[in-house]
Amino acid sequence: MLFKATINATLRKSVLDPQGQTVLHALESLGFKDAKNVRMGKFFEITLNAESKTKAETAAREMCDKLLINPVIEEYSFEISE
Amino acid sequence: MRAAVIVFPGSNCDTDCFNVLRDVMKTPVEFVWHKERALPKTDLVVLPGGFSYGDYLRTGAIARFSPAMEAVKKHAAEGRYVIGICNGFQILLEAALLPGAMLRNRSLSFICKPVWLRVEDTSSSFTSHCKKGEVLQIPIAHGEGNYYCDDAALKTLRDKSQIIFRYSSRDGRVTDEVNPNGSRDNIAGIVNEKRNVLGMMPHPERASEEILASVDGRRIWESLLGELK
Repeated sequence: MLFKATINATLRKSVLDPQGQTVLHALESLGFKDAKNVRMGKFFEITLNAESKTKAETAAREMCDKLLINPVIEEYSFEISE
Repeated sequence: MRAAVIVFPGSNCDTDCFNVLRDVMKTPVEFVWHKERALPKTDLVVLPGGFSYGDYLRTGAIARFSPAMEAVKKHAAEGRYVIGICNGFQILLEAALLPGAMLRNRSLSFICKPVWLRVEDTSSSFTSHCKKGEVLQIPIAHGEGNYYCDDAALKTLRDKSQIIFRYSSRDGRVTDEVNPNGSRDNIAGIVNEKRNVLGMMPHPERASEEILASVDGRRIWESLLGELK
């Protein structure tokens, strides 16, 4: 069965995000005074073949842990859909 | 001493490293394509600078899975020497041969300029010909050299004298103003606990010949040659 894994990777809260800071300053200078914080990250959409949703979850987690995410600076969450 | 320079798709300082080792330091050196599963007989492995795999995903993240990296890990585990320069440092971090990770420079700019480095430790084989506190001029050229590690890892690096180079002023003062990229604790280069693997963002191979602005990079090659004679 084909599943779609949507994976969000963000910098850990303890890690400064210079890109996010720069975007926040740009938003402020454009007059978006309500913007208080910006954190940037990465988004992956992976189509994968698996026997079940549980197996697709396991596969997605392994992909994150082995390659997609660097746990020193990043954390992730994901969803699996059919 | 014999040396091997690993060439990844996107490496661009491989030839400079090769040239300095062969023509300046008079050391036998060869290139090793990243697809090789075994290394030639060598004392030193050089992971050169560049943009391996286009820096896609994260700097060094894909190069660490190259077949040659398994051989490099084995070489390091046997206590032999590895130096990773710039992208080579990033690959060593991704391969977990050194602790920590790289973030974008805090200015978000690619920075290419000569900087001053204070030698923090001379007990490593990479700096045995330097004096503690000596200041070297070596250029940097990177967009992601903002070294990060958590508090516990930083404490270990300090306690075990694994910080080898810090960004400093010309007279050796380590301050935030002379930190070019936002690295924690002004870190420019570290070794592993066994002290046989060095990662550094500055490029000693670009400061090893009189025709260039500085020959301070030679201190590192001379230290290694002295150890491995």
